[in-house]
Amino acid sequence: MQNTLVKAEKKGIIHILFLPAMLLAFWLFIYLNIEKWANYFTISVIKLNENTRFADTLRFFLFEVPKVLLLLVLIVFIVGIIRSYFSPEKTRKILEGKPLFAGNIMASLLGTVTPFCSCSAIPLFLGFIESGVPLGVTFSFLIAAPMINEIAVVLLFGLFGWKTALIYMTTGLLIAMISGFIIGKLRLEKYVEDWVYKIKSSPTELQEQEISFKTRIQSGYNAVKEIVGKIWIYIIIGIAVGAGVHGYVPENFMAGMMGKSTWWSVPLSVLIGVPLYSNAAGIIPIVQALLEKGASLGTVLAFMMSVIGLSLPETIILKKVLKLPLIFTFVGIVAAGIMLVGYLFNIIY
Amino acid sequence: MIIKVLGTGCARCKSLESKVREVAEAQGVDAEIEKVTDIQEIMKYGIMATPGLVINEKVKCSGIIPNDDELIQWFKEC
Repeated sequence: MQNTLVKAEKKGIIHILFLPAMLLAFWLFIYLNIEKWANYFTISVIKLNENTRFADTLRFFLFEVPKVLLLLVLIVFIVGIIRSYFSPEKTRKILEGKPLFAGNIMASLLGTVTPFCSCSAIPLFLGFIESGVPLGVTFSFLIAAPMINEIAVVLLFGLFGWKTALIYMTTGLLIAMISGFIIGKLRLEKYVEDWVYKIKSSPTELQEQEISFKTRIQSGYNAVKEIVGKIWIYIIIGIAVGAGVHGYVPENFMAGMMGKSTWWSVPLSVLIGVPLYSNAAGIIPIVQALLEKGASLGTVLAFMMSVIGLSLPETIILKKVLKLPLIFTFVGIVAAGIMLVGYLFNIIY
Repeated sequence: MIIKVLGTGCARCKSLESKVREVAEAQGVDAEIEKVTDIQEIMKYGIMATPGLVINEKVKCSGIIPNDDELIQWFKEC
Protein backbone atom coordinates (compact mmCIF):
# COMPACT_ATOMS: atom_id res chain seq x y z
CA MET A 1 0.00 0.00 0.00
CA GLN A 2 2.68 2.41 1.12
CA ASN A 3 4.70 1.36 -1.85
CA THR A 4 2.03 2.10 -4.42
CA LEU A 5 1.51 5.51 -2.86
CA VAL A 6 5.17 6.36 -3.19
CA LYS A 7 5.11 5.08 -6.74
CA ALA A 8 2.12 7.26 -7.57
CA GLU A 9 3.87 10.26 -6.10
CA LYS A 10 7.01 9.56 -8.09
CA LYS A 11 5.02 9.13 -11.24
CA GLY A 12 3.35 12.47 -10.48
CA ILE A 13 6.66 14.29 -10.21
CA ILE A 14 7.96 12.76 -13.43
CA HIS A 15 4.74 13.78 -15.09
CA ILE A 16 5.06 17.35 -13.77
CA LEU A 17 8.69 17.63 -14.81
CA PHE A 18 8.14 16.21 -18.29
CA LEU A 19 6.97 19.42 -19.92
CA PRO A 20 9.66 21.65 -18.32
CA ALA A 21 12.32 19.13 -19.40
CA MET A 22 11.10 19.12 -22.98
CA LEU A 23 10.99 22.90 -22.99
CA LEU A 24 14.51 23.00 -21.60
CA ALA A 25 15.82 20.77 -24.38
CA PHE A 26 14.11 22.96 -26.96
CA TRP A 27 15.54 26.03 -25.19
CA LEU A 28 19.07 24.63 -25.34
CA PHE A 29 18.74 23.80 -29.02
CA ILE A 30 17.76 27.35 -29.88
CA TYR A 31 20.24 28.93 -27.49
CA LEU A 32 23.20 27.06 -28.93
CA ASN A 33 22.27 27.93 -32.50
CA ILE A 34 21.34 31.62 -32.38
CA GLU A 35 24.77 32.87 -33.30
CA LYS A 36 24.92 30.63 -36.33
CA TRP A 37 21.44 31.65 -37.43
CA ALA A 38 22.10 35.34 -36.92
CA ASN A 39 25.25 35.08 -39.04
CA TYR A 40 23.52 33.01 -41.69
CA PHE A 41 20.63 35.44 -41.95
CA THR A 42 22.83 38.53 -42.21
CA ILE A 43 25.30 37.17 -44.69
CA SER A 44 23.52 34.52 -46.71
CA VAL A 45 19.85 35.47 -46.64
CA ILE A 46 19.90 39.23 -47.07
CA LYS A 47 23.41 39.13 -48.52
CA LEU A 48 25.03 42.00 -46.65
CA ASN A 49 28.71 42.56 -47.07
CA GLU A 50 30.23 41.10 -43.92
CA ASN A 51 32.41 44.07 -43.19
CA THR A 52 29.89 46.88 -43.36
CA ARG A 53 28.75 48.70 -40.27
CA PHE A 54 25.16 47.86 -40.97
CA ALA A 55 25.87 44.13 -41.19
CA ASP A 56 27.75 44.33 -37.91
CA THR A 57 24.89 46.20 -36.23
CA LEU A 58 22.22 43.85 -37.57
CA ARG A 59 24.13 40.74 -36.61
CA PHE A 60 24.65 42.08 -33.10
CA PHE A 61 20.95 42.82 -32.77
CA LEU A 62 19.80 39.48 -34.18
CA PHE A 63 22.12 37.60 -31.87
CA GLU A 64 21.64 39.54 -28.64
CA VAL A 65 17.85 39.91 -28.61
CA PRO A 66 16.97 36.20 -28.73
CA LYS A 67 19.91 35.34 -26.48
CA VAL A 68 18.90 37.76 -23.74
CA LEU A 69 15.20 36.91 -24.03
CA LEU A 70 15.95 33.19 -23.77
CA LEU A 71 18.17 33.68 -20.73
CA LEU A 72 15.49 35.86 -19.20
CA VAL A 73 12.74 33.28 -19.68
CA LEU A 74 14.87 30.55 -18.10
CA ILE A 75 16.06 32.57 -15.11
CA VAL A 76 12.70 34.20 -14.41
CA PHE A 77 11.14 30.73 -14.46
CA ILE A 78 13.68 29.37 -11.97
CA VAL A 79 13.49 32.45 -9.75
CA GLY A 80 9.69 32.23 -9.87
CA ILE A 81 9.91 28.74 -8.39
CA ILE A 82 12.51 29.77 -5.79
CA ARG A 83 10.38 32.73 -4.75
CA SER A 84 7.42 30.48 -4.06
CA TYR A 85 9.42 29.22 -1.09
CA PHE A 86 9.84 32.72 0.37
CA SER A 87 6.94 34.93 1.35
CA PRO A 88 7.32 38.34 3.01
CA GLU A 89 5.70 36.85 6.12
CA LYS A 90 8.29 34.07 6.32
CA THR A 91 11.13 36.54 5.75
CA ARG A 92 9.81 38.71 8.54
CA LYS A 93 9.66 35.76 10.89
CA ILE A 94 13.29 34.93 10.14
CA LEU A 95 14.40 38.53 10.74
CA GLU A 96 12.46 39.14 13.95
CA GLY A 97 14.75 39.86 16.86
CA LYS A 98 17.94 39.30 14.88
CA PRO A 99 20.87 41.32 16.22
CA LEU A 100 22.12 44.19 14.09
CA PHE A 101 25.04 42.79 12.14
CA ALA A 102 23.83 39.24 11.52
CA GLY A 103 20.39 40.69 10.80
CA ASN A 104 21.81 42.97 8.11
CA ILE A 105 23.52 40.09 6.37
CA MET A 106 20.42 37.91 6.42
CA ALA A 107 18.12 40.75 5.38
CA SER A 108 20.28 41.56 2.35
CA LEU A 109 20.38 37.93 1.26
CA LEU A 110 16.65 37.47 1.80
CA GLY A 111 16.04 40.71 -0.10
CA THR A 112 17.29 39.04 -3.24
CA VAL A 113 14.88 36.09 -3.10
CA THR A 114 11.75 37.49 -1.46
CA PRO A 115 9.10 38.62 -3.94
CA PHE A 116 9.19 42.40 -3.99
CA CYS A 117 7.83 45.24 -6.04
CA SER A 118 8.35 48.88 -5.24
CA CYS A 119 4.60 49.38 -4.78
CA SER A 120 4.77 46.97 -1.86
CA ALA A 121 7.66 48.82 -0.20
CA ILE A 122 5.41 50.54 2.35
CA PRO A 123 3.38 47.59 3.64
CA LEU A 124 6.59 45.63 3.81
CA PHE A 125 8.42 48.35 5.70
CA LEU A 126 5.54 48.71 8.15
CA GLY A 127 5.16 44.98 8.56
CA PHE A 128 8.85 44.60 9.41
CA ILE A 129 9.02 47.54 11.82
CA GLU A 130 5.84 46.56 13.55
CA SER A 131 6.97 43.06 14.33
CA GLY A 132 10.21 44.34 15.82
CA VAL A 133 12.68 43.97 12.96
CA PRO A 134 15.27 46.73 13.64
CA LEU A 135 15.23 49.78 11.37
CA GLY A 136 18.73 49.14 10.01
CA VAL A 137 17.92 45.52 9.19
CA THR A 138 14.74 46.62 7.41
CA PHE A 139 16.79 49.02 5.32
CA SER A 140 19.25 46.31 4.32
CA PHE A 141 16.29 44.45 2.92
CA LEU A 142 14.87 47.51 1.17
CA ILE A 143 18.20 48.27 -0.49
CA ALA A 144 19.00 44.73 -1.63
CA ALA A 145 15.52 43.86 -2.91
CA PRO A 146 15.37 46.22 -5.90
CA MET A 147 19.11 46.41 -6.56
CA ILE A 148 19.72 42.70 -6.97
CA ASN A 149 16.92 41.39 -9.09
CA GLU A 150 16.84 38.56 -11.57
CA ILE A 151 16.38 40.87 -14.55
CA ALA A 152 19.52 42.86 -13.83
CA VAL A 153 21.52 39.72 -13.18
CA VAL A 154 20.38 38.03 -16.40
CA LEU A 155 21.19 41.07 -18.49
CA LEU A 156 24.57 41.52 -16.86
CA PHE A 157 25.36 37.85 -17.36
CA GLY A 158 24.11 37.79 -20.95
CA LEU A 159 25.72 41.01 -22.13
CA PHE A 160 28.80 41.47 -19.90
CA GLY A 161 29.62 37.93 -18.85
CA TRP A 162 29.50 36.13 -15.53
CA LYS A 163 32.37 38.06 -13.93
CA THR A 164 30.62 41.40 -14.14
CA ALA A 165 27.34 39.85 -12.98
CA LEU A 166 29.11 38.37 -9.97
CA ILE A 167 30.88 41.64 -9.13
CA TYR A 168 27.60 43.51 -9.36
CA MET A 169 25.82 41.06 -7.06
CA THR A 170 28.58 40.89 -4.49
CA THR A 171 29.16 44.62 -4.24
CA GLY A 172 25.40 45.27 -4.30
CA LEU A 173 24.95 42.92 -1.35
CA LEU A 174 27.82 44.57 0.51
CA ILE A 175 26.30 48.00 -0.01
CA ALA A 176 22.94 46.75 1.32
CA MET A 177 24.54 45.12 4.37
CA ILE A 178 26.80 48.01 5.29
CA SER A 179 24.35 50.83 4.57
CA GLY A 180 21.69 49.10 6.67
CA PHE A 181 24.20 48.55 9.45
CA ILE A 182 25.20 52.23 9.47
CA ILE A 183 21.56 53.37 9.44
CA GLY A 184 20.94 51.06 12.39
CA LYS A 185 23.92 52.43 14.31
CA LEU A 186 22.85 56.04 13.73
CA ARG A 187 19.64 55.44 15.71
CA LEU A 188 17.33 57.27 13.37
CA GLU A 189 14.08 55.79 14.69
CA LYS A 190 12.89 59.29 15.60
CA TYR A 191 12.77 60.15 11.90
CA VAL A 192 10.19 57.50 11.18
CA GLU A 193 6.69 59.01 11.01
CA ASP A 194 5.14 58.90 14.47
CA TRP A 195 2.07 56.91 13.53
CA VAL A 196 4.18 54.00 12.30
CA TYR A 197 5.06 52.79 15.78
CA LYS A 198 1.46 53.21 16.91
CA ILE A 199 -0.37 51.06 14.43
CA LYS A 200 -1.57 47.81 15.80
CA SER A 201 -2.66 45.41 13.18
CA SER A 202 -4.30 42.15 13.82
CA PRO A 203 -1.81 39.58 12.66
CA THR A 204 -2.91 38.12 9.38
CA GLU A 205 -5.01 35.04 9.68
CA LEU A 206 -3.65 33.98 6.34
CA GLN A 207 -2.34 30.56 7.15
CA GLU A 208 0.61 29.19 5.27
CA GLN A 209 -0.90 26.66 2.98
CA GLU A 210 0.94 23.57 1.94
CA ILE A 211 1.98 24.42 -1.61
CA SER A 212 2.31 21.52 -3.99
CA PHE A 213 5.28 21.23 -6.29
CA LYS A 214 2.93 21.54 -9.22
CA THR A 215 1.79 24.93 -7.96
CA ARG A 216 5.41 26.03 -7.63
CA ILE A 217 6.11 25.10 -11.25
CA GLN A 218 2.96 26.99 -12.14
CA SER A 219 4.25 30.07 -10.31
CA GLY A 220 7.38 29.78 -12.46
CA TYR A 221 5.26 29.95 -15.61
CA ASN A 222 3.25 32.83 -14.16
CA ALA A 223 6.40 34.78 -13.37
CA VAL A 224 7.59 34.35 -16.96
CA LYS A 225 4.24 35.50 -18.31
CA GLU A 226 4.07 38.49 -16.01
CA ILE A 227 7.68 39.71 -16.07
CA VAL A 228 8.83 38.83 -19.57
CA GLY A 229 5.46 39.95 -20.92
CA LYS A 230 6.05 43.35 -19.39
CA ILE A 231 9.71 44.02 -20.24
CA TRP A 232 10.42 42.32 -23.58
CA ILE A 233 9.75 45.52 -25.47
CA TYR A 234 12.29 47.47 -23.36
CA ILE A 235 14.87 44.81 -24.00
CA ILE A 236 14.38 44.99 -27.74
CA ILE A 237 14.54 48.79 -27.74
CA GLY A 238 17.54 48.79 -25.42
CA ILE A 239 19.44 46.28 -27.54
CA ALA A 240 18.48 48.14 -30.73
CA VAL A 241 20.03 51.33 -29.35
CA GLY A 242 22.97 49.31 -28.05
CA ALA A 243 23.44 47.71 -31.47
CA GLY A 244 23.44 51.17 -33.07
CA VAL A 245 26.11 52.33 -30.64
CA HIS A 246 28.02 49.11 -31.23
CA GLY A 247 28.09 49.59 -35.00
CA TYR A 248 28.26 53.34 -35.50
CA VAL A 249 29.85 55.06 -32.51
CA PRO A 250 33.62 55.30 -32.92
CA GLU A 251 35.99 53.39 -30.62
CA ASN A 252 37.04 55.21 -27.47
CA PHE A 253 34.24 57.73 -27.93
CA MET A 254 33.26 57.42 -24.28
CA ALA A 255 36.78 57.35 -22.90
CA GLY A 256 36.84 61.09 -22.27
CA MET A 257 33.49 61.33 -20.53
CA MET A 258 33.17 57.99 -18.77
CA GLY A 259 36.75 56.79 -18.79
CA LYS A 260 38.70 55.97 -15.67
CA SER A 261 41.07 58.89 -15.92
CA THR A 262 38.19 61.33 -15.45
CA TRP A 263 37.74 61.50 -11.69
CA TRP A 264 34.31 63.13 -11.80
CA SER A 265 32.81 60.46 -14.03
CA VAL A 266 31.71 58.30 -11.08
CA PRO A 267 29.83 60.94 -9.05
CA LEU A 268 28.37 62.33 -12.26
CA SER A 269 26.97 58.98 -13.32
CA VAL A 270 25.40 58.53 -9.87
CA LEU A 271 23.89 62.01 -10.08
CA ILE A 272 22.40 61.21 -13.47
CA GLY A 273 21.46 57.69 -12.46
CA VAL A 274 19.37 58.35 -9.34
CA PRO A 275 16.59 60.47 -10.87
CA LEU A 276 16.73 58.46 -14.07
CA TYR A 277 14.08 55.88 -13.51
CA SER A 278 14.40 53.16 -16.00
CA ASN A 279 13.98 49.49 -15.63
CA ALA A 280 17.12 47.47 -15.88
CA ALA A 281 15.87 45.96 -19.13
CA GLY A 282 16.19 49.15 -21.11
CA ILE A 283 19.32 50.60 -19.57
CA ILE A 284 21.75 47.69 -19.37
CA PRO A 285 22.08 46.99 -23.13
CA ILE A 286 22.88 50.65 -23.74
CA VAL A 287 25.40 50.74 -20.93
CA GLN A 288 27.05 47.61 -22.30
CA ALA A 289 27.57 49.31 -25.64
CA LEU A 290 29.11 52.34 -23.88
CA LEU A 291 31.52 50.10 -22.02
CA GLU A 292 32.69 48.77 -25.34
CA LYS A 293 33.40 52.32 -26.49
CA GLY A 294 35.83 53.17 -23.74
CA ALA A 295 33.74 53.83 -20.65
CA SER A 296 35.33 52.25 -17.59
CA LEU A 297 33.81 49.38 -15.65
CA GLY A 298 33.63 51.23 -12.33
CA THR A 299 31.78 54.16 -13.84
CA VAL A 300 29.41 51.86 -15.67
CA LEU A 301 28.72 49.82 -12.51
CA ALA A 302 28.06 52.98 -10.50
CA PHE A 303 25.67 54.21 -13.14
CA MET A 304 23.70 50.98 -13.28
CA MET A 305 23.51 50.58 -9.53
CA SER A 306 22.14 54.08 -9.09
CA VAL A 307 19.58 53.64 -11.84
CA ILE A 308 18.37 50.25 -10.62
CA GLY A 309 18.95 50.44 -6.88
CA LEU A 310 18.07 54.02 -6.03
CA SER A 311 14.93 55.15 -7.73
CA LEU A 312 13.17 58.44 -7.24
CA PRO A 313 9.63 57.00 -7.29
CA GLU A 314 10.46 54.53 -4.53
CA THR A 315 12.00 57.28 -2.44
CA ILE A 316 8.87 59.38 -2.88
CA ILE A 317 6.73 56.43 -1.81
CA LEU A 318 8.88 56.05 1.33
CA LYS A 319 8.18 59.68 2.19
CA LYS A 320 4.81 58.48 3.51
CA VAL A 321 6.50 56.67 6.38
CA LEU A 322 9.88 58.40 6.75
CA LYS A 323 10.77 61.96 7.60
CA LEU A 324 13.13 63.84 5.30
CA PRO A 325 16.35 63.54 7.36
CA LEU A 326 16.07 59.75 7.25
CA ILE A 327 15.35 59.74 3.52
CA PHE A 328 18.39 61.92 2.84
CA THR A 329 20.58 59.76 5.08
CA PHE A 330 19.37 56.63 3.30
CA VAL A 331 19.95 58.02 -0.20
CA GLY A 332 23.25 59.59 0.87
CA ILE A 333 24.71 56.43 2.39
CA VAL A 334 23.68 54.23 -0.52
CA ALA A 335 24.95 56.75 -3.09
CA ALA A 336 28.27 56.95 -1.20
CA GLY A 337 28.51 53.16 -1.25
CA ILE A 338 27.84 53.06 -4.98
CA MET A 339 30.51 55.70 -5.64
CA LEU A 340 32.99 53.75 -3.56
CA VAL A 341 32.32 50.68 -5.69
CA GLY A 342 32.73 52.79 -8.82
CA TYR A 343 36.12 54.18 -7.76
CA LEU A 344 37.26 50.79 -6.51
CA PHE A 345 36.70 49.14 -9.88
CA ASN A 346 38.16 52.02 -11.79
CA ILE A 347 41.34 51.55 -9.76
CA ILE A 348 41.44 47.75 -10.02
CA TYR A 349 40.78 47.50 -13.74
CA MET B 1 -20.87 39.87 1.39
CA ILE B 2 -18.40 42.73 1.68
CA ILE B 3 -15.29 42.48 -0.46
CA LYS B 4 -12.38 44.84 0.02
CA VAL B 5 -9.47 45.22 -2.35
CA LEU B 6 -6.46 46.65 -0.49
CA GLY B 7 -3.93 48.58 -2.50
CA THR B 8 -2.34 51.98 -2.76
CA GLY B 9 -2.88 52.22 -6.49
CA CYS B 10 -0.31 50.06 -8.22
CA ALA B 11 -1.08 48.39 -11.53
CA ARG B 12 -1.63 44.97 -10.00
CA CYS B 13 -4.07 46.37 -7.42
CA LYS B 14 -6.18 47.79 -10.23
CA SER B 15 -6.15 44.56 -12.15
CA LEU B 16 -7.20 42.64 -9.02
CA GLU B 17 -10.11 45.03 -8.46
CA SER B 18 -11.39 44.70 -12.00
CA LYS B 19 -10.97 40.94 -11.87
CA VAL B 20 -12.94 40.67 -8.64
CA ARG B 21 -15.74 42.77 -10.13
CA GLU B 22 -15.76 40.69 -13.28
CA VAL B 23 -15.85 37.32 -11.52
CA ALA B 24 -18.41 38.45 -8.96
CA GLU B 25 -20.69 39.68 -11.70
CA ALA B 26 -20.25 36.56 -13.81
CA GLN B 27 -21.05 34.38 -10.78
CA GLY B 28 -24.01 36.51 -9.81
CA VAL B 29 -22.54 37.10 -6.36
CA ASP B 30 -24.32 39.72 -4.33
CA ALA B 31 -21.33 41.65 -3.07
CA GLU B 32 -20.37 45.13 -2.06
CA ILE B 33 -16.92 45.75 -3.52
CA GLU B 34 -14.81 48.42 -1.94
CA LYS B 35 -11.33 49.71 -2.76
CA VAL B 36 -9.18 50.61 0.25
CA THR B 37 -6.32 52.93 -0.64
CA ASP B 38 -5.41 54.47 2.73
CA ILE B 39 -2.17 52.89 3.91
CA GLN B 40 -3.03 53.06 7.60
CA GLU B 41 -6.35 51.41 6.89
CA ILE B 42 -4.60 48.72 4.82
CA MET B 43 -2.07 48.02 7.56
CA LYS B 44 -4.86 47.15 9.98
CA TYR B 45 -5.21 43.90 8.10
CA GLY B 46 -1.55 43.07 8.70
CA ILE B 47 -0.67 42.28 5.11
CA MET B 48 2.88 42.83 3.86
CA ALA B 49 2.38 42.97 0.13
CA THR B 50 -0.24 44.58 -2.03
CA PRO B 51 -2.73 43.91 -3.48
CA GLY B 52 -4.68 42.28 -0.68
CA LEU B 53 -8.13 40.76 -0.85
CA VAL B 54 -10.46 40.83 2.15
CA ILE B 55 -13.82 39.07 2.19
CA ASN B 56 -16.07 39.72 5.18
CA GLU B 57 -13.10 41.12 7.12
CA LYS B 58 -11.00 38.00 6.51
CA VAL B 59 -7.75 38.34 4.56
CA LYS B 60 -7.83 35.89 1.67
CA CYS B 61 -4.57 36.65 -0.06
CA SER B 62 -1.85 39.27 -0.38
CA GLY B 63 0.81 40.05 -2.94
CA ILE B 64 -0.70 37.88 -5.62
CA ILE B 65 -3.54 38.00 -8.08
CA PRO B 66 -5.52 34.82 -7.49
CA ASN B 67 -6.95 32.94 -10.43
CA ASP B 68 -10.65 32.76 -11.22
CA ASP B 69 -11.17 29.36 -9.61
CA GLU B 70 -9.75 30.50 -6.30
CA LEU B 71 -11.93 33.60 -6.34
CA ILE B 72 -15.05 31.55 -7.08
CA GLN B 73 -14.11 29.15 -4.29
CA TRP B 74 -13.80 32.02 -1.79
CA PHE B 75 -17.08 33.55 -2.91
CA LYS B 76 -18.82 30.23 -2.34
CA GLU B 77 -17.33 29.78 1.11
CA CYS B 78 -18.77 33.04 2.34
